[in-house]
Amino acid sequence: MSWKIWSLKKSPWVFHVNVGACNNCDIEIVDMLTPKFDVERFGIKLVGSPRHADALLVTGVGTRQAVPRLREVYRQTSKPCVVFLIGACACGTGIFCNGYHVAGPVDKIIREEDPNAIIVYVPGCPPKPEAMISGVVKALSSL
Amino acid sequence: MGAVFEARQRKGQEMTQALLSIFWILIFPGFVFTVVVGLLASWVVRKVSAKVQYRVGPPVLQPFYDVMKLMGKETLIPEDAHRIVFMGAPLVGFAGVLLLSTMLWRISISQTTFVGDIIVAIYLLVLPSLALILGSSASASPHAAVGTSREMKLVMSYELPLVLALVVVIVKTSGNLSLANVAQDTTVFSISNLLAFSVALLCIQAKLGFVPFDIPEAETELGSGVLIEYSGALLAVWKLMQAMMLVALPLFLVMVFLGGFGPSLLAGIGKYVLILVLAILIKNTNPRVRIDQAMRFFWFYCGIALLAAIILAITGKYCDITWL
Repeated sequence: MSWKIWSLKKSPWVFHVNVGACNNCDIEIVDMLTPKFDVERFGIKLVGSPRHADALLVTGVGTRQAVPRLREVYRQTSKPCVVFLIGACACGTGIFCNGYHVAGPVDKIIREEDPNAIIVYVPGCPPKPEAMISGVVKALSSL
Repeated sequence: MGAVFEARQRKGQEMTQALLSIFWILIFPGFVFTVVVGLLASWVVRKVSAKVQYRVGPPVLQPFYDVMKLMGKETLIPEDAHRIVFMGAPLVGFAGVLLLSTMLWRISISQTTFVGDIIVAIYLLVLPSLALILGSSASASPHAAVGTSREMKLVMSYELPLVLALVVVIVKTSGNLSLANVAQDTTVFSISNLLAFSVALLCIQAKLGFVPFDIPEAETELGSGVLIEYSGALLAVWKLMQAMMLVALPLFLVMVFLGGFGPSLLAGIGKYVLILVLAILIKNTNPRVRIDQAMRFFWFYCGIALLAAIILAITGKYCDITWL
């Protein structure tokens, strides 16, 4: 394992991208970052710019308005980075499956940008903060 | 023969002197030592903040992991950015803080001082903020532009009180301009000194970008403002610079207001930790102010306090009352 990946696992800074979520997953993400769950123990920190981020927390189905922005944000993120798809919508468009406003599942769009992207799925509607932390731990320990 | 031998010997001495200076700047009181102490200090900042919020907080090596990770990441440079200024600004700021911390450590450990080093220190203290302004305005981002304008206003706000606070100390030590002598001669427990110290502590808070005055970085509205376009190794240089400022600025306050590293090394470290913890507690118990509020605070309230302090110091000096 290279030192780059090792140190990435020690301090994943996250950036929150909403591509058309109902705000439920976003509230749970903010919940995960509260002192109660204390994710700073693992070095996880919320940053304000994709340029600083190591992990993108993507919520929502990927609407036609939001998808170009998602591509832009993914291109702006400095690599290596991990993409976390939080919630049922982001994992596979959920109940909005054939909606007129859906531009495709988020993982497909990320793969179009970068075929080798590391994508992690955390299902749930919304997933609990514990589920998200467990997803982060599993993903990072399998890198 | 003798002359040649002497010339060679003198050359050898010059070489040793040069090597010793490089050692001072790069290893012992300079780069390596200050970076390690600074990263540990930034761990203390995060750990104490965590304790204030009833959390566990990050492990001791967390700042080291952060910097190591940033070094390993891709460095992106925005298309519209001015490349040379964008990449040079972090190095300029870093070099300034490196010089400042080497100078302060050398003065506090081995009493190497010269007349006017307090003025050199004032100039070197401005360099990081100046580099931040340069780098963020070269990054061609609207968020960074707002951050830059706020940083400029903040620099204008806190520089005046900081220099006035130093004037108080210089008056008290009868026009002394060398840091080691100021540290020896100043009376710590006097009204004017404590007033000047508390104002200077707030200026340091603004210089470090800690919460009541983190207006240019403003995570919530500007998305880390001035640093928004930096990534990878360049961001790591900024983080290292901020960590080193966490050493240099409290050390400067210890030298100027609290009597330096006397009577013992342990007392000096105690004073340093005291200033650090005070700054962290101010950081954790205050909300962010607006830029106009910060300006009014520094110019109006701190200005009045310092005017009183200067008058007290002059009166004390003139009438020979040490506690004024």
